Amino acid sequence: MGSLRSLSTSQQVGLLFVTLFGVIALATLLAFARSFRESNDAQRALQERFARDLRAVWIGALLFWVAWAAGPFVSTLLFGFVSFFALREFVTLTHTRRADHRALLLAFFVVLPAQYALVGMRLFNAFTVFIPVYVFFAIPVISALANDPQRFLERTAKIQWGIAVCVFGMSHAPALLLLDLPRWQERGAFLVFYLVVVVATAQVVQELASRRLRRRPVARAISRSFSWRAWGAGAAAAAVVGLLLYWTTPFKPLEALVMGAIAGATGSLGEFVMKALKRDAGVRNWRGRTSVTGAVGLLDRVAPLCFAAPVFFHSVRWYYAI
Amino acid sequence: MKLPEVAGLALAFIARLITGAQGHWYGSPPKAEQRIYFANHQSHFDWVLIWAALPRDLRAVTRPIAARDYWTKTPLRHWITREIFNAVYVSRERKDDEDPLEPLMEALRNGDSLVIFPEGTRGHTGEPAPFKSGLYSLAQAFPEVQLIPAWIDNVQRVMPKGEVVPVPILCTVVFGAPVALQPAEERRAFLDRARRAVIALREVA
Repeated sequence: MGSLRSLSTSQQVGLLFVTLFGVIALATLLAFARSFRESNDAQRALQERFARDLRAVWIGALLFWVAWAAGPFVSTLLFGFVSFFALREFVTLTHTRRADHRALLLAFFVVLPAQYALVGMRLFNAFTVFIPVYVFFAIPVISALANDPQRFLERTAKIQWGIAVCVFGMSHAPALLLLDLPRWQERGAFLVFYLVVVVATAQVVQELASRRLRRRPVARAISRSFSWRAWGAGAAAAAVVGLLLYWTTPFKPLEALVMGAIAGATGSLGEFVMKALKRDAGVRNWRGRTSVTGAVGLLDRVAPLCFAAPVFFHSVRWYYAI
Repeated sequence: MKLPEVAGLALAFIARLITGAQGHWYGSPPKAEQRIYFANHQSHFDWVLIWAALPRDLRAVTRPIAARDYWTKTPLRHWITREIFNAVYVSRERKDDEDPLEPLMEALRNGDSLVIFPEGTRGHTGEPAPFKSGLYSLAQAFPEVQLIPAWIDNVQRVMPKGEVVPVPILCTVVFGAPVALQPAEERRAFLDRARRAVIALREVA
């Protein structure tokens, strides 16, 4: 690993992307080769699902690469669009009333661009308080001005929640890209990469563990697969992968282990919460097929990141006291 | 590419950015046959949504109906409806010697497809209002033209009455199987059947 450290920053980043795309290309080739074999219906369904997930990974990796190659402005813009689509999906699923129109316009066309502008300008203190303090106050004011008291708290809470998850949470991913850690300048891409890999590992391992262990679910009405043991397995796997990736981060091995566990655990819990939200909105299973609203499941894919990114970001900032 | 084409592409892009404008085709593939699409009407945005949900080749031959007095009033409105949408203008005040459907018949004789909202006006409740008889007359005069029902979902949330800026919310347009006028079918019976065909698509959506 010593020889890796001696490479220049851009060489290290280049190596990271070559490795990333190499791994995905290999997985795609393997999946392609597998598709020629005879298989029964269940296997085929599994293969199709895998192919779909792989496509999402491709898109994510390409997005990540473009974001890195094009510099901070474009990367912030790209994440801004992802945020926009996620919030669009969130608002579609929750029932808003006519009186919420202005508040929603504020959320989409003022709060979202402003938050990403703050990230782009690296105003990390302003970006941390903008939504929890100012927007939290502004949204109910605008909603109240619309003169409709019916289910007021519920409606405002929904909009606040959408903003908190889809805009505030998501905006921490480009913030990581732009964060200047001591002795770690211009290498934010590694942190985003670390976060995404660790969160994804936790998800996959939790899914596999819940199938293998067949534990009694903690909250059957919300998720049939979520159990504490599976969750713990996911977090532990995330910690191990985090440890293995410690050389890509500014962390020491033990720190990388803890950070991986934190990010993996919050990501999985975030997905669990989103499941509850989907049940509430009456969407049973939208993965893979377009549902009532035409929602394509982007929110599904980014939700764990939306929850894990702020916790991870602030853990890092707090730990390095910057 | 000329300016109207570019403006049209930009408009379709914005409509998709804001609403997704997903078209789902059940029972009738998106083919370049001569068709009359008829749909529920809840918002000014309805036409743009159907138009954006159509494949690009079909957009060029599918025309909306526009009220002549409103949509020719300013040069901009006139340009948008004439150059981008190629709208069929109808006058709202009835003159005695004129058939109000004549401009629509003319367009159909030219081989164009139309989008019509047979309720006549925008509804506020979930249920579409009873259909006006224009659809029946067109079906009688042009039996070879396919009548495709369409259900537009969620659009009233995008732009409620009185607002000008649309909120980004995903919408879908569901296109159903063609409804054909049966021999000797009564006017009212046909219109109710067509309306039920539109409402039935809500369940499919």
